[in-house]
Amino acid sequence: MISAYVDFIRIRFLTMLAYRVNYYSGIVIYAINIGAYYFMWKAIYGDAEQLGGFTAGQMTTYVAVSWMARAFYFNNLDREISNDIRDGSVAVQMTRPYSYIMVKMMQGFGEGLFRLLLFMAPGMVVVTLIFPIELPTDPVLWMIFLVMIWFSFLINSQINVMTGLFAFFVENNEGLMRMKRVTVDLLSGVVVPIAFFPGWASEVLKWLPFQAITYLPGSVFTGRIAGSAVWEALLVQAAWFVALIAPIALMWRAARKRLFVQGG
Amino acid sequence: MKIGYTLSLFREYLANYIKTKMTYRADFWVEVVSDLMFSAMNLVFIFVVFQHTPSLGDWSQAEVVFVYGYFMIPYGIFGAFVNLWNFSERYIVKGEMDRVLTRPAGSLSQVLLENVDPPSLIGSLVGLGIMGAAWARLGLPLDWYDPLVLIVMVAGSVLIYMGIYIALAAISFYSDAPTGIVPLMFNIQNYGRYPIQIYNKGIRFLLTWVLPFAFVGVYPAAFFLERHHHLLMAWLTPVMGAIFAAIGLAVWNHGVKRYRGAGS
Repeated sequence: MISAYVDFIRIRFLTMLAYRVNYYSGIVIYAINIGAYYFMWKAIYGDAEQLGGFTAGQMTTYVAVSWMARAFYFNNLDREISNDIRDGSVAVQMTRPYSYIMVKMMQGFGEGLFRLLLFMAPGMVVVTLIFPIELPTDPVLWMIFLVMIWFSFLINSQINVMTGLFAFFVENNEGLMRMKRVTVDLLSGVVVPIAFFPGWASEVLKWLPFQAITYLPGSVFTGRIAGSAVWEALLVQAAWFVALIAPIALMWRAARKRLFVQGG
Repeated sequence: MKIGYTLSLFREYLANYIKTKMTYRADFWVEVVSDLMFSAMNLVFIFVVFQHTPSLGDWSQAEVVFVYGYFMIPYGIFGAFVNLWNFSERYIVKGEMDRVLTRPAGSLSQVLLENVDPPSLIGSLVGLGIMGAAWARLGLPLDWYDPLVLIVMVAGSVLIYMGIYIALAAISFYSDAPTGIVPLMFNIQNYGRYPIQIYNKGIRFLLTWVLPFAFVGVYPAAFFLERHHHLLMAWLTPVMGAIFAAIGLAVWNHGVKRYRGAGS
């Protein structure tokens, strides 16, 4: 059984590998994203030394590392699942002797592995050469960061699975998927670190799963969160991962009861 | 004659669209709300940023909001008539393009008509409102020609968007692999909405001439903002629109000729 799941990882990894050329353009596009935000933050900082607890230097590193983490954890599981549901192939997959959700997670992981090795890692090198980025020197911090972006991947994929499963309940979840994408980018801290939000908003955001995707690993990597707070951040991520299993299971149970295929 | 024929088709498709939407009424509202949330998220970014700085490259908050309001108008129109986000999967991978090509009407107009998305126009109206509010806030004069200029600028911006995204969708004709390039582009379109002078030369060049998203935001909007008046760049908007729409069409037509079917 496990080996079947491992095969799903392998197959997706190899499929992605076949299209690797696309991801070279991806590195260029991510470098542009980082560049645009780098200059935007430079304009925002102006002469200020420190904003929202980030120095200008930390901010540059934060922008770069959070985009690169996004290069790794990003996937289109929401779209894949909603396509499966809308064209009815989910019905066939349900009859197979493995869990549909697990298969999707494994495929997402295969894609993530590809993105980590061929997108994030070379992208990080390129970006470090272009922008004044301060990388941490402590190897333990690097290890923790790797664990943290692993949780980023898990939580982001869980949110994607939930968004995709909404296709069972509304016939067209295109708008929902688009909304989810901007919500995750904004509230996870890719475009603005949570600390920049006004007090009440950042207080609210601390109780949402999004900050666990980008803000926490990015803050640890740049050293804005240090000491024992690092372990708390890790704990928050683990807690969200566990907490999000329940709604997915519930949605899946409800969905199986109401599946109707639209003209499949 | 050809245009009249396409217009009559448009009426038929629209009637069909309304019929299907009446069956899925809840969906309609989900879509409208999520479209508006999408814009709200982008506005939140602007408000959060201006909590920490009085100006962004000497542009005030009201001016940046004005540009955003302008952007929403062409973006809504574009979203209503060019809805190609799913093009590669639906038409190439699943082979629906073959059905389209057996019919007498133009392939591009058929694909666009099959995907019309009128709720997106509500975003344009909201954008007009935001722009109007910022207009009043800034105390700008309203000349008799301003509405006419706005129409021309919006038309130019819509054409730029159409050209770029039609060309990107048409890439699927050349390589039947899911390119994944469209989601990568998704973020770049944001940068044309901020004062262009905060970026360095490279990004400015990119946003002006290569992926001219600055013409769907800051350049045409600046026509109405006295402090940032730059007539040449503003009037280039319709010109760039014509050029990019022509490029998009050419890439599409050439691609259709090359297209051999994905064999599925």
